[in-house]
Order: sequence, then structure tokens, then C-alpha cells
Amino acid sequence: MIRNRAFPVVQYFFGLLVLLFVISPVAWMFITSISIHRDIIAVPLKVIPRQATLHRYLDVFTNPDNEIAHAFEIAMRNSLIVSAIVTIISLVIGSLASYAFARLRFAFKNSIMYLILFTYMIPSVVVVMPLYLLLSKLGMLNTRPTLVLLYLTMTLPFVIWVMQSYFGSLSKTYEESAAIEGCNRLQVLWHIYFPMARPGIIATAILSFLIAWDEFFFALIFTSTLDAKTISVAIAEFSGKHYVDYEMIAAGGVIAALPPVLIAIIFQKYIVMGMTAGGIKE
Amino acid sequence: MTGMRRQGLSEQSFAFLILVPAAVVIFGVVLFPLLATFIYSLQNMELISEEKGKFLGLLNYLRVVRSDWFWQALGRTMYFTFVSLAVETVLGLLIALLLNTSFHGVGLLRVLVIVPWATPGIVTASIWKWIYNPEYGVLNAVLTRLHILGQYRAWLSDPFLAMNMVIIADVWKMTPFAIIFFLAALQFINKSLYEAATVDGAGVLSRFRHITLPYLVPTMAVVVVMRTVEKFKAFDVFYVMTRGGPANGTKVLVYEAYLRAFGNLQYSISSTVSYLIAVLVLVFTVIYVRLMKRGEASEL
Repeated sequence: MIRNRAFPVVQYFFGLLVLLFVISPVAWMFITSISIHRDIIAVPLKVIPRQATLHRYLDVFTNPDNEIAHAFEIAMRNSLIVSAIVTIISLVIGSLASYAFARLRFAFKNSIMYLILFTYMIPSVVVVMPLYLLLSKLGMLNTRPTLVLLYLTMTLPFVIWVMQSYFGSLSKTYEESAAIEGCNRLQVLWHIYFPMARPGIIATAILSFLIAWDEFFFALIFTSTLDAKTISVAIAEFSGKHYVDYEMIAAGGVIAALPPVLIAIIFQKYIVMGMTAGGIKE
Repeated sequence: MTGMRRQGLSEQSFAFLILVPAAVVIFGVVLFPLLATFIYSLQNMELISEEKGKFLGLLNYLRVVRSDWFWQALGRTMYFTFVSLAVETVLGLLIALLLNTSFHGVGLLRVLVIVPWATPGIVTASIWKWIYNPEYGVLNAVLTRLHILGQYRAWLSDPFLAMNMVIIADVWKMTPFAIIFFLAALQFINKSLYEAATVDGAGVLSRFRHITLPYLVPTMAVVVVMRTVEKFKAFDVFYVMTRGGPANGTKVLVYEAYLRAFGNLQYSISSTVSYLIAVLVLVFTVIYVRLMKRGEASEL
């Protein structure tokens, strides 16, 4: 399109700047996590460490005596369990609900949709106190099911909003002919609709997992021990201590970032589709 | 399940049936506390007060809007929201335009650009806190070596500077969001428009001004409104990097509400602040819905 000879130089220069901007903070976290303490606190700082070690990563998975490493291991497990369950439940419940919004006529449809959108947008801090008082009365603080329930309030509205807009864009012909063939509503949903909507379902599954994995506020308020603490809470806690083991926290950060970053890279197409569904019209 | 096989189940009944599970969770867990918070904001909920539970009407709201701290926190929230959004939108647009051209490695760059966005908020905040570290931070080391900085600085010790440093961390994490939106929109742009404009002798800048920019305005509007709400909710970065300090310099509304509730146990005041936040968010939701509807209308 542009036939200017200087243009490629400009492209590569800014491309390199973007690469540095995107990668250097993460790269620094990784370098910190494999450096030895002496190099990290050296002045002037050695940006490329003289020695590298992977013992912190080994500690996280094998050493129950290292307090931080052990906390990271358990917290990672909690995060994985909670995020996976949240994803599955939001998909099942959310896709049913979004089918209703995309295909069926019922009273107060628009009002209910906007109310759901509004609940997605209100900050957790607005609802946290009554929930805290209620759940502590019920003895439900510091458990993984409580976190799952709370996270569903964030993922479900999102799943419904995105899926109904994706589902709405699919053709109705197959469903109509299936209905004429004598399929009941649930059969149509299961055999025709869900297979057709698979890309949308994958996209929302990934985004629900990422939302649950990233959540911090509810986890901070509602968990207090390793019974339910998530990796975000563990990292925040150890980076707030008086004596901070930066290298260990960096290792925890790398481990915590790995699942969402890998998922985002592998499923980028789906994520872009899910994020922009409803936001961009073709 | 047996009901489903009956011929008589109307469309409406079936709709409500499959809506029930989601509705129970969303409305049960959100609407009840939303109402409860409102009631708290109308009452005296201070734990130590002898008049706990007394109905106060709008007195708490009066107390909050007459205070200095509320307006200061609102001001900081607006500053954080406006500056980080402006930087993210402009930077996101420029990077998207760059990534929409073709050069060696652009495919890889398009993939890598999602990394900051996927990095959890708490991890982002601790990376940047570590980068800013006054003694061992890599920012000080690099800037002094490049002779930009004479001596090491404590980046998070000055209230106004600290806010801007938090904004940088937030911009790093969220610019990819804008990039992804703009890139997706750019792919649907009508290429023949450019060709026609080029034939007519339009230069790069005038093509950008008259074709690309107008085309991206609706996307920009959606991104800005969505992100505004998210900015209002920002908590993680402040919790890890500054805890609202130094000298309240980074205490935004959500952090204020959090501290009043879980630090000072001032339940009524926290609820009141929360409700004021909810009202602001409602306004943004209405704007968002309007924008989406307009987008749908212009499609026809």
C-alpha cells in the first residue's frame, strides 16, 4: 500500500519497541526467578545474571518445608480447581440461558438482559459486605465452593452476554428443520445448536477460566488459609511482607502467569472472537 | 425433564426454565447484597455505636458528599481512569495500525502482544513493584546506566508520582485489550476505499484521517466505555503496589470503600461510597447499551 523506502525501517524500529514494551517486564520477572540472590541485589545491577538456578521452581513442586514454595503449590492447586469448576458450571448454565436470549421470545427479555449486564459491571466492593456478613454467619468463609459461587456471579453474566450475541449471529434454518422433523426443544439444543455454536462455546470457556484465574478481590476477602487461598492471594501476601523474597515471588509469578498466558497464546483466535463479540459488528 | 416432552410447554415457559439456574446464581448472589448494601447506607451500621441499626435516611450520603476525602478519592479515580484510558487508547491504536501492516515477525508480534493482558493482575502489580524497587529495581539501574537519572529514586514514595507509576503498570497490562479490539476492527475495513482514495491522490495521513479514523470511532467508543467501568473497579494494582498510599496519593474510590469496610469497620460509610460507585457504573452501563444499539441500527 505504501511504497516508501524508509517505511520498512520505521516498521522494524517501532516493531522492536513494541516487542521490548511487551516482553521486558515478563522477561525481568523470569530472570529474577532464576537468579541467585547476590546478583539480584548487586549495585550496579547485572541485568544478565552470571549464574542461573531452577531450584525455586523445584521447591514449589517438591519442597513442603519451604514456607513460600509450599504455599504457592497449594494455592496453585486451589486456583486450578476453582477456575476449572467455575468454567464448567458457567458453560452449562450460561449457554442454556444465552439460548433463551438468542432464540426465544419471553416477557421482560430486554430488561432481564440489561439487568444481567449491569450485575456484570458493578464492582465487587459494592456487594462484598452483606455477602461477607451472610457467609460468615453460615460458616462458609474460606472454602473453595464459596469462591466458586462468587466467581460464577462474574463469569455467568459475561458468558451469557457474549454467547447470546454469538448465538444470535447463527442461522436458524437447521433448528427449524429439526423442529419440523419432530425434535423437541432440548434435542434441538443438544444436537443442532451446541455443535454449531462450538467456537463461541470454546471462546467463552477460555474467557471464564481467565476471569476466574485473575480474580483477586473476593479471594482476598473470603479466604484466609491455604484451605482455599488462590495463587493471586498467596503472591500478594508474600510480596506485602516485611522481608520480601523477591526471587521466590518472581518464581511464583511465573508459575501463576503460565496457565493463562499459554491459554491466551494457543487460543488467541477464540479469545479475540469472544472479547469482540457484541463489541464489533462485521 | 418429563415436562419438556409435553407438547404444551410454551416458548415462554421453556425460556424461563432454562434461565432459572443462571438467574438464581446471578440475582441471588448479587441482587440480595446490592439491596442490603443500599439498606446499610441508610442506617447507622457502626459496630461500636449505641444506635446501631437506626434508620438515618440520606444522612450518610450527606456526610460523604460533604467530606473532602470523598471528592479527593473521586478526583484520583477520574485521574487514573482518564490518563490510563487515554494512553491505552492512543497507544493501542498506534500499535494496532503497526501490526496491521506486513513485515517480518509481525505474526509473532501479534501473538506476543496478548501476553501482558493474560498475565494476572496481581502478578503484573508485583512485577512492576519489583521493577520500581528503590534499591534493587531494574528501572533505577537502567536509567542511571543510560545517564537519564543521576541517582536512584523511590518511585512509589511521592503521592503524585506513585499514581503515575501505577498507571504505567496498568497501561502495560491493558493496552493489549485496545490493540486486540482495533486490530479486529481493522480487518473488516473496506480495502477498496483505500484504493479509490489513493487513485484520487490522498496521502497516508489524509487516508488515515478520512477513512481509518472515522471507521474506528464506534470501536473506540465501545472500548472506552467498557474500560471506563473496569478502571473504576481497579483494585489489584493499588493493593499490591501502594495500598492507597503514600499520603493517600493513590486512594481511589474502590480502595476507599474497601478500607472503610475492612480496615475501619465503618460499614455505613463504606456502603454509601459503594452505592455512589454503583450509580456511576449504572450511568456507564446505560451509555454502553446506547452505543451498542446505535451500532446495531447503523448496520441495517
